[in-house]
Amino acid sequence: MESKISIQNLNLYYGDFQALKNVNMEIPCNKVTAFIGPSGCGKSTCLKTLNRMNDMIENCKITGKVTIDGEDIYDPRTDVTLLRRRAGMVFQKPNPFPMTLYDNIAYGPRVHGIKNKQKLDEIVEQSLRSAALWEEVKDRLRKSALGLSGGQQQRLCIARALAVEPDIILMDEPTSALDPVSTLKIEDLMDDLRAKYTVIIVTHNMQQAARIADETAFFLLGEIVEFTDTLTMFNNPKDERTERYITGRFG
Amino acid sequence: MSRKIFDRELESLISQMTDMGNTVDQRIEETIAALRTMDLEKAAEVANSDNEIDQTEHAIEKLCMNLIALQQPIATDLRVIAACLKILTDIEREADQCADICEILTVGELNTNSLAITHVVQMLEAARDMFRRAMDVFLSRDVEAAREVCESDDIVDAMFSKIILEVCGIITESPQNVMREVDLLFIIKYVERMGDHATNIAEWVIYMETGVHPDLNTKED
Repeated sequence: MESKISIQNLNLYYGDFQALKNVNMEIPCNKVTAFIGPSGCGKSTCLKTLNRMNDMIENCKITGKVTIDGEDIYDPRTDVTLLRRRAGMVFQKPNPFPMTLYDNIAYGPRVHGIKNKQKLDEIVEQSLRSAALWEEVKDRLRKSALGLSGGQQQRLCIARALAVEPDIILMDEPTSALDPVSTLKIEDLMDDLRAKYTVIIVTHNMQQAARIADETAFFLLGEIVEFTDTLTMFNNPKDERTERYITGRFG
Repeated sequence: MSRKIFDRELESLISQMTDMGNTVDQRIEETIAALRTMDLEKAAEVANSDNEIDQTEHAIEKLCMNLIALQQPIATDLRVIAACLKILTDIEREADQCADICEILTVGELNTNSLAITHVVQMLEAARDMFRRAMDVFLSRDVEAAREVCESDDIVDAMFSKIILEVCGIITESPQNVMREVDLLFIIKYVERMGDHATNIAEWVIYMETGVHPDLNTKED
């Protein structure tokens, strides 16, 4: 299986606290990979290392190596803006910009220098189609994004991430604030996205990981306890700690 | 974090399965006694008591389905419930075979003096021993002991082949009694199947523990 992201001997510290301990992973290309584990286990921290979101946190120190397509993303010569374009992020709470739907999607491409209106129109339509939102919003592109429902706002955020043509989409609990119908729409969308993108999702909902992920990693106390195909993880996990966590007996 | 309600229900499931196994073991014991003494009254009792086992089977099936629907089990929990559903059928089939054997007995046409009958009783005792051990490993989840149960099926199969030859000899000597001996052939086929059901139970125990369902019952028809 072709690896998109390679994490080698990754350690991450917030001051004196070690949040990630010797993490090693090969994240496959064009698959959905889920990170699961209890609160504070390091799964979101690990996700954020993949587009260097932790750079913004004071006292955060990282050792080890993370490569995307073989390129070391922590190399001092790495352009972090370009990295975040390649690895877009969707957060727990939908965070549309307080502007029109159109401008939300066009924002990223404009930042990256695209000014041609026809080109922007194409990007907006294509991104909204890819995020399964076009049919619902095509007649209200010039209205405020804040008028959308929570589920629509989250798909708008996904469309916004897609607009800058990433390879990787990082999702940090993208459906935890959504109702079941919106959640299933996002899950269907993730299933579609894997054809073109490498998707990594942090989720507290283990049934969600079971439904949508090809591979699942179980984090505990900053370490990866088990990283395997999702069927094995939920049918016959190898580690007793994984078994106890996923069956709800972790204490 | 714990799952008190779920754990209690799982315990109840295992306990109900074990109780059903004990009841079926009782039926096998009664079938052996009826066969050994040609007690037609006892045979009729066993033949007519199958409904009770069927009702227990349906109640446990319902419990399993409710657990799946309400508790969304995964990993070992899911394997245990899935295995229980499969084992349940095999336990129920053991009782069916007892009822079938006893139904033949109630007609009262078997040759009670035949040496073959003695051998059929021995074969049924061997099948019962397999069933009891299968239900023991269901509780202990001892994979090695489960494999040994499956291996014991060879003994029952060998007895089956031996008795067939005996019965064929009897038919050759007394062709006028062929129908009576055909009944005996039916009985040993039922007993042979009882060995297969015990093997199935042990195989599902191995699945519960390992996540891999072995096929150790290759002679099954």
